[in-house]
Parts: sequence; structure tokens; C-alpha cells
Amino acid sequence: MADKPFGLMAEFDTAQAVYHACEKVRDEGFTRWDSYTPFPVHGLDKAMGLPRSRLPWIVLVMGLSGAGLGMLLQWWVSAVAQPLIISGKPLFSWQAFVPVTFELGVLFGAFGAVFGMFGLNRLPQYYHSVFNSERFSRVTDDKFFIAIEASDPKYDEKKLKKLFKGLGATHIEVVED
Amino acid sequence: MAANYEIDPVSGRAPLVLGEGSFSDVTNAVAAPMERTDWRKWWMAFMVSLGMLGILGVAVGYLIWEGTGIWGLNVPVAWGWAIVNFVFWVGIGHAGTLISAILFLLRQKWRTSINRFAEAMTIFAVLAAAIFPGIHVGRIWVAYYMFPLPNQMDVWPNFRSPLLWDVFAVSTYFTVSLLFWYVGLIPDLATMRDRSVTKLRKMVYGIFALGWRGSTRHWLHYETAYLILAALATPLVLSVHTIVSFDFAVSNVPGWHTTIFPPYFVAGAIFSGFAMVLTLMIPARKIFDLEHLVTIKHLENMAKVILLTGSMVGYAYAMEFFIAWYSGNPYEGFAFVNRAFGDYAWAYWIMVSCNVISPQFFWFKKLRRSPMFLFIISIFVNIGMWFERFVITVTSLHHDFLPSSWDYYTPTIWDVLTFVGSFGLFFTLFCLFVRFMPMVAIAEVKTVMPQADPHYVPGMEKQVQGDVLGPGWMQRSEADAVAAQASVEAARDTKTDTDSDEGKRHG
Repeated sequence: MADKPFGLMAEFDTAQAVYHACEKVRDEGFTRWDSYTPFPVHGLDKAMGLPRSRLPWIVLVMGLSGAGLGMLLQWWVSAVAQPLIISGKPLFSWQAFVPVTFELGVLFGAFGAVFGMFGLNRLPQYYHSVFNSERFSRVTDDKFFIAIEASDPKYDEKKLKKLFKGLGATHIEVVED
Repeated sequence: MAANYEIDPVSGRAPLVLGEGSFSDVTNAVAAPMERTDWRKWWMAFMVSLGMLGILGVAVGYLIWEGTGIWGLNVPVAWGWAIVNFVFWVGIGHAGTLISAILFLLRQKWRTSINRFAEAMTIFAVLAAAIFPGIHVGRIWVAYYMFPLPNQMDVWPNFRSPLLWDVFAVSTYFTVSLLFWYVGLIPDLATMRDRSVTKLRKMVYGIFALGWRGSTRHWLHYETAYLILAALATPLVLSVHTIVSFDFAVSNVPGWHTTIFPPYFVAGAIFSGFAMVLTLMIPARKIFDLEHLVTIKHLENMAKVILLTGSMVGYAYAMEFFIAWYSGNPYEGFAFVNRAFGDYAWAYWIMVSCNVISPQFFWFKKLRRSPMFLFIISIFVNIGMWFERFVITVTSLHHDFLPSSWDYYTPTIWDVLTFVGSFGLFFTLFCLFVRFMPMVAIAEVKTVMPQADPHYVPGMEKQVQGDVLGPGWMQRSEADAVAAQASVEAARDTKTDTDSDEGKRHG
């Protein structure tokens, strides 16, 4: 264990409390912190001042690549690798290739959405300092948490404890790294 | 009395989770079925399912050994139960994605209690469906010809064939459904990880939960991913049954060659899928004490979807006849007269009774809100939708263009056993699902509870509901819950001034 802890963790009982606490922490100007909730609390990302997700761009690029590759594959197979005239159609009868193009676009887009989300979230990540807290296991049940990292430039344990207490935290603890 | 049970479906203000339970109560209620210790009944159901799965193994094994000659196929009817069963199972698989994707985009919050269950059903149904195109090729060891793989003969698939489109549509559908289901499961797997008492459980759930810690920075990307998946799955689910219908519609066979097929197949798929959700959900919510999460309101909503899609299917049946007459094409006309009054008239009228007549009972609220009645009708719909595919496939083929080759098609015991076996696969997977996975999306259900809203004020709902739902609702029986709900409704009617606030609560 390094002498420096991971940070300070505050526990809240309700979505309302954690929401207002997040607004406060955001306005105090903290940067290295996060909140943890059992379900997505509506608008909490804005209360934390987080920017929009970049995921849609990843999905757009992946979906278009999938569709493009799908059409390319069908053109190559039908017009280059095995040119056969079927029902008197041109070799590259693209209209007939639309269904497969669409399906591959959706497939790649879905891969982009899921694996892009894993990438942006750095999942899987089996170890994280917040798990060192005994009480943290209730984050997947009914408790709400805010953790501010010790590496935050504005981190000051005493001041923070006071701040959290004033915001209605039901339990405050220092978490090991 | 029935009028008192009324719930206003337009405002959607009836509670989606009955009573005043806490978040923890939801977690406990959903996790309870997985944490019970008495698994005797489960083992019984599992062994029966496993036995049926064994039948599938035998039927498929014999098919591979002997060839498709063991089936009842003959020369005009070269497409028999294999395609019927395939379309039947794929159709059932449509409700899951409809509930999870389309209702999500339409912000139908009632879907949260049933989407996990329906998605699981989708995946298992698509797996059961996938058996049939795999085995019906006869020479199963060359099934890889279906995919565009380089091979020593330098032969490639024909991308102009609807059967090939089907391969892409169904495999994409399966993959996307599985991803959608898994993404939805991650937070709940983390819940199970954190509740686990045994080391093995903790490890297995932990591995699949990917180290989820409920971070808001994660939820942000997570919710975006979920929304995008829903947006991708919506056109996908419509495309899948459209392409399945192309298998028929693109051919020149009278009775198949119609442009109504894609929408008609999609409506039928949703119809059969919702029926199957009801068939499975009604016993499950009873057995596993989930009646306060999957309420009568949920069942009623599903009944309405069945009524709507069933009527659309009925309309399509009528329109097919109209077009057969209006087109002036004698072959088309013959195909339909033969369908309703020919050798397979019995099958046609079973189909009409089950699919068109039986859902019409759902015009009556009392019947829509009776689980027993819903269950019975859902079975009729399942049967009717299987017969629909049978009628479409067999009646058009058995009297084809050349009267000298006309024949009557009868399935053999192997056709029947393969179909029964596919139910074995479906139920085996389902047994494993109810034992090891949260049947209801825990995290999602919490979001539709009033106290999940960051601007909720304690007691807010009491203004509206009156003090009728006390603590301890978890132990209440369904009758109590329904009666309590009725009082809620009555209380609300007298306090309409607070309604607009209530409606915005989740906005």
C-alpha cells in the first residue's frame, strides 16, 4: 500500500441526495472524481458536468464500414471471383445486394456500440480501488456513492469530509488504493 | 367490480411496480428465485426438457445418418415441416426485440419488467429455429456452403437468392439480440456478483459482470450504447421477418408470390411472439412470486398487442383472398380456393379460428385481465401461428402447376419428433435461464420507481395515491395488490389536480 490512499468515498441513501451532492462537487471544481449508482439516475451526468458520449461516432463509422464491406464482398463474388449470369441480370445487380448490405451494416454497427462502449468504459476491469470499500457492494443494490480521488488537485480530506457531511452523506470513508 | 380495477393506459400513471417497495426490495424479489434452495420442481422440469432435447438428438442423428427421406416430403411438397418450424420459431423470436427495442424507443416504460424475459425467449427461439436450415440440407457436413467462405472448388454463394439473405438476416439477428441481452444483463450480473455468498458464484457472475461498478461515467456510455442498439435492432427485427417472407414471396408459386407477405409476416411474428411471452410469463410470475413486478397491467398491455397484431393478420388473410380474385389470375384464385376448401381446409380453419377469432376476446377488459384466460388464448395463438406457416407452405405446393404431380403431404414420426425436440432445446435453455439469471431487469425496474427520480420529494406519490399501500406489500397476494391498486385509482380520480406533476415525474 502506498501512503497515499485512493480517495474519499461518501455514501448516500437516495438518488436525490447524490444528485445534489454531484452538482455541488462539480461546482467546487473537482476533476478526478466519479459517482456510483445502482441504476442510471436521470440527468446525473449533467449534474456531474460530463460531456456527451462519443459512442455514436464510433457506431456510425462501424455501421458504414459494415455496409460498405458487405456491398464490396457481394460485388467481388458476383462480378469478379465467380461471374455467372443469373436470371439475365447484370453481374453487379446491386439492388439484389441491398438486404445483405443492410444486415452487415447493422451487425458492424452493433459491434461498434457494444465493444465501443466497453472500450470507452475500459471494461472489463476486474480490479478497481472502489471495491476495497466493504460498503461499496451495495452500489448494485440501493446505495449511491461519490468518490473523489486523492490525486485531484483540490483534494483536502478534512474539507471534503465536512462538505460531504453537509450534503447529507450517511457514511464517509477513506478508501485504500 | 371490474370497473374499479381500471387503469388509465394513456397517462400511464398506474404504478409499474406495485406498492411502496424500496430499491432493495426489487433486488431481493428478482434474486430470490436464483437463491432458493428447494430445486426439486426445477429438476423435474429440467429433466423433462432434457429428455425432449434427447429426442432432438436422436431425430437429428437419424436424419444425418439416413437423409431427408425419413421425413414426409414428396415431390410437389419438397418443403415441409423444416421450413414450417423454422418460420414458427423465428416468428416467436420477434417479440423479444420488439419489447426491448421498439417499445424502448417509444418510451413504453412498462417494458422494463418483461424485456429480459422476452429477450431470453428470443435468443432461445432463434437457436431452435437455426436447427432447421442447418439440418434440412441433408448433407449436413456441407452446411458451410451457406456462408461465403473460400473453398477448394472456387464456388461462391448466389447473393441474389433470398435463402442466402436469410442466412445473413437470421445470424445477424441472433448476434445482435445476444449482444443486446448481454449489455442489459451486465449491471444485474454485478448485482448478483455482489450478493453471492459462495465463491464459485461470485467468480462466475464476476467474470461476466466485467467489473461493473455502476460509475456514472460508465452509465453515460452504457445508456448511449443501449439506445443505439435499440435503434439498430428496430429496423433489424422488421427486416428479419421481411426477408424470411421473401423466401416465399420471391418465388413464382401461387399463394406465395404476393407483396403483402413482408408486413403480414412481421405482424404474425409479433403476434406469435407475444403469445409465447404470455405462455411463459404467466406461470413464471406465479411460481417465482414476481406478480408485483409483472403486474396485470403488463399482461393486459400484451393482450392488447396480441389483439392488434391478430387483427392485422386477419386483415391480411382477407386481403390475400381479395387480391387473388381482383388480380384475375386463375392460378392465384385456385390456390386460395384450394387453401380454404381443398384437402387442407381443416388446417386452414384451425388457423383462422386460432389466429383471427380467438384474440377477439381481448376486446373485453375482464378477459384481458384474467391470467388464466390469457394463458389459454396464448396457447391457441401458438397453435394457430404454427398452422399458418403449415398452410402457407403445404397448400401452395401440394397442388402445383402440373395436376399429374399433385399429391397429399403427411408428416412422418421423425418430422414430429424433430419438432418436439426443438421444444426440448427451448425449454432446457429456459430452465437454465430462470435458475441462473435475473428474470427481470433489476437496474431498469428501479429507474421506473418514483423515488429514482432526482427531483422526487418523499411523499409525492401519497398526495396522489392516498395512504393505501402500506409497507409489507411484498407479502401481499395478487388479489390484495389488485384491490390496493383499485383504491389508488379511486384516490387519484379525486385528486386530478396533482396529475400533471405525476405525469412529468419521469420526464
